[in-house]
Amino acid sequence: MSRTNTGISKGIDWSIIGIYLLLVTVGITAIFAVTYKDGDPIIASFFSFKTDYSKQLYFFFIAGVLAIFVLLTDSKFFAATANVWYAAGIFFLFLVFPFHSRVKGTESIIRLGGFNFQPAEFCKICVCLALARYLSRVDTDFSKTRSQFIAAAITLFPAALSLLQSETGLALVYFSFFLVMYREGLPAIILIVGFSIAVLVVATIVMDPNILAILLTVIAAAVIFSMRRQIKRSKGLLVTIIFLWFVCVGVQRFAVPFIFKHVMQPYQTERIFTLFGKENPYGAGSAIDAITISKKGKNDYNVKQSKIAIGSGGFHGKGLLKGTQTRYDFVPEQRTDFIFCTIGEGFGFVGTTALLAVYLLLLFKIVAVAERQRSVFSRCYAYGVAAVFFFHITINICMTVGLAPVIGIPLPFISYGGTALLTFTVLLFILIRLDADRQMVLR
Amino acid sequence: MPVFNQSRSYIIRIIFVITFAVIIGQLFNLQIVSSKYQKLAQENAVLKKVIYPSRGVIYDNKNRPISNNTLMYDLMVTPSEIKGVDTASLCNLLEIDTAEFRSRMLNAVVKNGRYRPTAFEALLPPEKYARLEENLWRFGSGFFLQERPVRQYPYNAGAHLAGYIGEADSGIIARSNGFYQAGDYVGRSGLESYYERVLMGQRGIQYWIKDNKNRVVGRFQKGAFDSAAVAGRNLHTYINIELQQLAEKLMAHKMGAIVAIDPKTGGIVSMVSGPDYNPNSLTGSEKQKNYSKLVLDVAGPLLNRAIKGQYPAGSTYKPLEALIGLDEGVITPASGIDCRGAYYGCSRPVKCTEHWVGHAANLRLAIANSCNSFFSNAYRLIVDNPSYGNVKVGYEKWKDYMNGFGYGGRLGVDLPSEDKGNIPDTSVYNKVYKGSWNSCTNVTLGIGQDMMLATPLQIANAICIVANKGYYYVPHFVKSIDGETAEDTILNKFRKRHDVLGHIPDNYYQTVIDGMQDVVEVGTARIAKIPGIDMCAKTGTAENFRVIDHKRTQLKDNSLFVCFAPKEDPKIVIAVVVENAGFGATWAAPIGSLMVEKYLNDTLRTERLKEVDRIASSDLMPDWIGREQFKADSTRAFKWYHITNDSSYIKKYLHKSLQTPAKRDTTLPRQRIVLLQKNDAMEPKKFLPPKMKTTAA
Repeated sequence: MSRTNTGISKGIDWSIIGIYLLLVTVGITAIFAVTYKDGDPIIASFFSFKTDYSKQLYFFFIAGVLAIFVLLTDSKFFAATANVWYAAGIFFLFLVFPFHSRVKGTESIIRLGGFNFQPAEFCKICVCLALARYLSRVDTDFSKTRSQFIAAAITLFPAALSLLQSETGLALVYFSFFLVMYREGLPAIILIVGFSIAVLVVATIVMDPNILAILLTVIAAAVIFSMRRQIKRSKGLLVTIIFLWFVCVGVQRFAVPFIFKHVMQPYQTERIFTLFGKENPYGAGSAIDAITISKKGKNDYNVKQSKIAIGSGGFHGKGLLKGTQTRYDFVPEQRTDFIFCTIGEGFGFVGTTALLAVYLLLLFKIVAVAERQRSVFSRCYAYGVAAVFFFHITINICMTVGLAPVIGIPLPFISYGGTALLTFTVLLFILIRLDADRQMVLR
Repeated sequence: MPVFNQSRSYIIRIIFVITFAVIIGQLFNLQIVSSKYQKLAQENAVLKKVIYPSRGVIYDNKNRPISNNTLMYDLMVTPSEIKGVDTASLCNLLEIDTAEFRSRMLNAVVKNGRYRPTAFEALLPPEKYARLEENLWRFGSGFFLQERPVRQYPYNAGAHLAGYIGEADSGIIARSNGFYQAGDYVGRSGLESYYERVLMGQRGIQYWIKDNKNRVVGRFQKGAFDSAAVAGRNLHTYINIELQQLAEKLMAHKMGAIVAIDPKTGGIVSMVSGPDYNPNSLTGSEKQKNYSKLVLDVAGPLLNRAIKGQYPAGSTYKPLEALIGLDEGVITPASGIDCRGAYYGCSRPVKCTEHWVGHAANLRLAIANSCNSFFSNAYRLIVDNPSYGNVKVGYEKWKDYMNGFGYGGRLGVDLPSEDKGNIPDTSVYNKVYKGSWNSCTNVTLGIGQDMMLATPLQIANAICIVANKGYYYVPHFVKSIDGETAEDTILNKFRKRHDVLGHIPDNYYQTVIDGMQDVVEVGTARIAKIPGIDMCAKTGTAENFRVIDHKRTQLKDNSLFVCFAPKEDPKIVIAVVVENAGFGATWAAPIGSLMVEKYLNDTLRTERLKEVDRIASSDLMPDWIGREQFKADSTRAFKWYHITNDSSYIKKYLHKSLQTPAKRDTTLPRQRIVLLQKNDAMEPKKFLPPKMKTTAA
């Protein structure tokens, strides 16, 4: 390794940069595989800025320049200006409301000349920095509920704004920061309870209410049965279990329907049900039903075609440019959210597993980097990066293989899209910069 | 640093690993365990068929289809799968030679690549289809037949209003953001285009299993992976197809337009533009040939003159001016003028067709006799109104009224590319006359000439406002859409009443309407009188100029006619424009009269049928068409000659004796109409899919 001890290269973890370059290359290749038409001059169109792969290549160059800038910056800068970043991120999010343009039905894009700028993407970096900064303050005692609330507020405020811009996917990303808080001492019970409530709400949406009620009752009965010895000793436990059962059934029978019917606007309810490809039982009128059906149909179609494409790859795939499904536009949005299909079809199980292995390596690498930091700021930031990547990778791949609702978030470094690539690059390179100064204690 | 909670870093790693393991599990399931996905994608085992939804039907007011669907088939080819095909016998079946086969194959590869199916022969004629259907299994998986719902027009009528559909071109595909794909059909004009999203529906995909002989044996996975096509929704229009047929017959061999509107709803009952074409000529396998013929015809049969033809409104504008004058208080119902055959108020006299004394003794008589002097004078009184002080202010006021009547702006009819007509701004006159002009400069605006231009639709709509005494609905065709929901906002604008000129008192309207009745009873349009119907009307005869061979030439006058009936409860408003025909009373008035009688009585008196035939057989096409056609054809021929160096293109244009303008090519697919009955003989050949028979056998 050509590691010199001077200038910006000092202390930099080259293996992460290697993984980064590998992933971006895979991404451009995949986009090429999707958009290349037989007979196009390859070299010329790579530099023409007309095709998507060439655009992505140019975005990569811009990202590279940005990355170098980040590496040239003093790492104290990030810690010192974290709150400014956060303020700027929020400002941009607000800016979207008056200046938004309707691109494919989403409302969270600012158009600057020929470029679309998506503040919600950029805001991930800001939140990551701000959260790290807050958690690393000397006077933050994270075991206190108040601090936990403030940390949650920092994370969820942009999420709320994104939700208002009907960017459900981007809003959900912010929940991944709870992983950071968990690492910094957030009681596990909160995550478990939160996760359980999420599961309960999702189950309420997905399942028939009666079946779910019966299921909950069966679970409660099973728990009581298996814990009958403990219950004999303390009646309080039985009361707790029955209380919990009561709460769960109450939530699924009354609370969730109440919120859908009376708290949320009909279109919001609609959107949530659409994500799961379900019809809205609380639908206000026929007008909205029509949209649901078409959207449901679309998501349904996307996932079906995506599964066919991935499944048809088999063990070793059909080879680059040989895929019939992804090459011929059967899968919509396959340059962006459904890019994984291209890899699945072209390189089969071997390719997808290899890609997942690379991603897992990256995540482990980041966690390892996090744990070797001396400063809390760097550690929190590193976990933030890991959490964001983890969430994107998991949800994106899960939606292409039919395990998660289609919420439209990109696959890091691979999906086509300038803002996403730039965001992920900057996110990662700030970490590399911080890691290069891991001996320093940042506040 | 304290490293408490460090154990949690392991938990986080475990979460990562477990999640990835779940994903890999699902991938294993998709890619290795279950073979159905692989099969789905395997062209050998599974046939993927795009199901085109049937397009919505366009109905008339009595639910008779103006435009509906029939099934035809495209022969599709996937170039990568044709190895070892018996080319010779296929060529035999298709009646082509091997050179043609090769060139089509090359085309297919160029167009869509080797692996994607391309239409080898589109819209097979029925006998070819029958032959192919039986033999297709011999040619492997490379060739298959794709169903194509094709438009047909059972009444051979309504070409301009229904429009036509055609394959989406690259522009449409690019603009649609991936919504349309190559090979999709989209509405290219008329209602087909305006209501494209309603009529179109949604494509579906079906997966069929094929056996090793490439025969379809059944649905793959019982259709679990299919997506159903959603049929387009039907349109219900105000069109009365019988009236439409009559109107088209009357407009045969004429240039111009007829618009008939129900003033109470703004619903367009009939709209014809002449010359027109048989809508069925733009469907089916002959489509391309017919289309080029129509496009190259200088008479412009594809142009919808009802919304794109811009004509001086002529005397049909006079009722509007009478209303403006009355409302502005510059004339009264008793106002008259002593006209002796011309208006001498300005330096250049404006001629009047009547010169007997007292033909414009009051407003009613002036309208009935269409006195040019009266209305030239009235126009000057309006714009020179002393309360405005300045002709330019007065003119703007007049223009506001005219815009209120719908002149000078698009009405917003539900057809694409409507034209605006022209009511010029003062700035236009300022520019033309360098700022110095007065009411004499454009006095002929008072008789609907000068720079005033209006589309037949605007002319009809303005009369709707008169008939309704102040309000109108935006003229439109579509009454309702099947399965209409609050989401369908496309019709909302047509259901809004516009009270543009409601402030003009009813008695003024009444005076003008009385005058218009006199037009039929004692005035210029006595020819249009129908016993038992109180009709109000106005004729118009407008000067007609055209630049021919770089010279502004005056042609025979345009004949115009507007009317509404019955007087007390108007049910129909009609505007007729016949170019190059002469007096309004000679051609346009009888046409309008027949239309009214047909619409209100639902039938024509027998003695009137003779009149219909007389009008229908009269050829009023302008003379310049022959000359212009010759110019256009020869210019194009020479262009081709220069490109190809093939002198056969220009041979027939070279000899002097041949350069006499040829008679208009009447072999064009023209309207053939049988009146008042469903014309079975005229219906296009129904291509019943013989497939049904073979599978039953």
